[in-house]
Amino acid sequence: MSLIEIKNLSVSYPSRRGVFKALQQVSLTLQAGEIHGLVGESGAGKSTIGSAIMGLLEHPGEISGGEIHFCGESIGELSDSALQQLRGSAIGMIFQDPLTSLNPLMSVGQQLIETICYHLKLSKSAAKERALALLKEVDIPQPEVRINQYPHQFSGGMRQRVVIALALCSEPKLLIADEPTTALDVSVQAQILELIKRLVKKHQLGVILVTHDMGVIAQTTDKVTVLFRGKVVESGPTQQLLAAPEHRYTQSLLSAVPRSDKKMPRFTQVSWLDGAKPLDKTDFARDWQGENNLHQSNAVPMLEVKNISLSFKAKSSIFSKTAAPTKAVDDVSFTVNYGEVFGIVGESGSGKSTIARLITRLYNPDSGSIHYRGESVVGKLQKQHLQNFRRRCQMIFQDPYSSINPRMRVRDIIAEPILLYGLNDRNGAYQRVAKLLDYLGLEQAAAVKYPHEFSGGQRQRISIARALATEPSLLICDEPTSALDVSIQAQILNILKDLQSELGLTMIFISHDLPVIRQMCDKVAVMKAGKIVELTESETLFTAAQHSYSQSLLKLMPDMHR
Amino acid sequence: MGAIGLAMYKYLLQRLVQGILVMLVVTFVAFAIFHFLGDPVNNMVGESATDADRQMVRLQLGLDEPVIVQYFKFVGNILQGDFGISYRTRTSVIEQMAVRLPATLELSLVSGFFSILFGIPMGIYCALQPKSWLSRNFLVGSLVGISIPTFLSGLLLIYLFSVTLGWLPSQGRGGLVSLGWWDTSLVTLKGWSYIIMPALTLCIYQLTLITRMVRAEMQEVIRTDYIKFARARGLSNYIVQYRHALQNSLVPVVTIIGLQLGTVVAFSIITETVFNWPGLGQMFIQSIEFVDIPVMSAYLIFVGAFFVILNLIVDLVYALVDPRLRAA
Repeated sequence: MSLIEIKNLSVSYPSRRGVFKALQQVSLTLQAGEIHGLVGESGAGKSTIGSAIMGLLEHPGEISGGEIHFCGESIGELSDSALQQLRGSAIGMIFQDPLTSLNPLMSVGQQLIETICYHLKLSKSAAKERALALLKEVDIPQPEVRINQYPHQFSGGMRQRVVIALALCSEPKLLIADEPTTALDVSVQAQILELIKRLVKKHQLGVILVTHDMGVIAQTTDKVTVLFRGKVVESGPTQQLLAAPEHRYTQSLLSAVPRSDKKMPRFTQVSWLDGAKPLDKTDFARDWQGENNLHQSNAVPMLEVKNISLSFKAKSSIFSKTAAPTKAVDDVSFTVNYGEVFGIVGESGSGKSTIARLITRLYNPDSGSIHYRGESVVGKLQKQHLQNFRRRCQMIFQDPYSSINPRMRVRDIIAEPILLYGLNDRNGAYQRVAKLLDYLGLEQAAAVKYPHEFSGGQRQRISIARALATEPSLLICDEPTSALDVSIQAQILNILKDLQSELGLTMIFISHDLPVIRQMCDKVAVMKAGKIVELTESETLFTAAQHSYSQSLLKLMPDMHR
Repeated sequence: MGAIGLAMYKYLLQRLVQGILVMLVVTFVAFAIFHFLGDPVNNMVGESATDADRQMVRLQLGLDEPVIVQYFKFVGNILQGDFGISYRTRTSVIEQMAVRLPATLELSLVSGFFSILFGIPMGIYCALQPKSWLSRNFLVGSLVGISIPTFLSGLLLIYLFSVTLGWLPSQGRGGLVSLGWWDTSLVTLKGWSYIIMPALTLCIYQLTLITRMVRAEMQEVIRTDYIKFARARGLSNYIVQYRHALQNSLVPVVTIIGLQLGTVVAFSIITETVFNWPGLGQMFIQSIEFVDIPVMSAYLIFVGAFFVILNLIVDLVYALVDPRLRAA
């Protein structure tokens, strides 16, 4: 008998504007001791399956058809209280963001003991014993000390371990893991996936692993189901499906994943999707007033960063001696040549974004110098000089949802920098906006809409258009695609590649994603704890990494092409 | 609630120093009123006084000394509990306030107690059952409550319960039992009959504020991941809502309750006037009419000190509830 069997499951969200079908006729089965991956892009309905099994569909969602059998019993026939008993005791669930999954006001021990007492009806002391054993099982060092600590005293990876321990409190048979490692660094991700695999073996757990990351699927799961807009497109054993995908959607999805084993000229687009029409962009490039850096050979590099350091001091008070400052950027030097894409890669907290903010002068360095075309751009500058530099150096941010002002129309968002630098009058600026929208593959109607009417990928295009509005020569991209789906990521990365080849932009490309770095960058700097540990041609990094940290990063990167 | 570490003491000490700084500013303002608002000598001597008389009073009061010396003497006197002599009653200001303080404090505490007692459960109910007719009525009712000015709601209560029904006395403070220097009206039924109406009047605004605040915070918290995760662990609704969600929603509400209690004490003036309640607010109004500057400045210092102390308590409660502040 299979652990869980889903037959023709349909979930719909009725609303005033009609019924939205989140899932249609989805079927899958899972045996004990098996990891089943659910993969698809955002809105495909991956997470809805998990919520439907748990009976935690958000209002007004409802199961409109089909059956879910858990250990041979139909879940749909259970009462609310029986379902609540099933949750936690027989089915556990873990969520994406470990930083927000724990109650901040209760110690880890209190939360564990509460859950254990509730399900297993143990005494307080017996529950504490079990809590300690669970913390040990998920490899938390010094469980006797950690059990009395609060969530904010744990790092992201450690919190996810606590979350797993909580989900395992009453020895569930099924674990639903909804993007369990998406918010974590690669090294921590590898550890968490390893932990899940070990638990599966030891307890004969069945795991449903929801993820958008093909690398995670390839390395962790036994079977995989591909979802597209609420329907199952393809399902089968992982190795077989990845090696020989049958459906066109699966094929195009797989081809959109950036490869880490070789550099491709362009990303394969998910052509099965509509709306990715080829654009005629030669016109815009001819019109481009900014300088083309591609074929300039200059004795002076475009950007020269020398020995910059920046420390963040803990908030000082008159009573406490100031805590040792954290060195966010520690004696970093590099040069960026004309027309080059310079990559910066590293885990969270390594100082990547701080460097971007130092260059754009959002922060001032404690020491060191930054020269743009041989002229210093740190310290006190003449207003004219600073304005000129800022105009030439633009930035694209990670989160397309929070980096655009939601109360402004798209055309005003893009026109704002043009007007700010006095490059044109309002009418001229709007004409420019129309051209930019066209160049980035957005409809003209987009100009009068507000940001919330666009998807993440479209918003990132708006963000790029805004950066291009001043015709910069240096573009700093801080994790420009890490909030996006692979197919959208491929589109955005292609746009950035085109900017480089057609407009001759110089770029600093910051990412934690090694395959993306390989596809995008000419040179790359690997950062760890504020320092550059290795700086090399990007091809060299992937074929012959020198530093042990770069090697371990490369080894940990989940990869479907291996 | 766990060990209170060294960091906590530091945090509280910091707050204490801030409080002292605030009090120095407040006393300076009070002193400035005393010094610059009209001529105290004119207020004290009769109209027929000669210049020599005036000069003598001036010397007696120490008004010939430099301003800064006068300020330090002023602060020194306050620290010894000497707020000077009231122009109006010719009695010591501190004694006058001590007689009236119990009335105002009791009124504020009773009204604060009512608003917490009803406000928090109403807020929780409105957050958990947003669609029920009862919570809609609560919300509409609270809107009405917040829009009616205190003097009007006070008069309406008097009209209903005193004039029409004749159940409650319309004004004053009675049924007092003396506990040393504190005369309380809370131990007799008669005392309660006097305090209930002004307390209700005063609590309507706080009640709505607390209800709406609890509701908004709770709705916010219920949408967070840790509440979803608590449900996914199969914990009962009761535990999820009353242990995890409520605890987290109350953290910001504590601040509002603390500050509101301060406002109730400081600005119960209107209610005290409507109900002829012999509290500090009434005294303040009378002293303004008479330009009784020592009383006014003493009242100012009292209100400042009260706010500072309340804020300290709020900070302490914060640190006790939220482990993130404790660790620092």
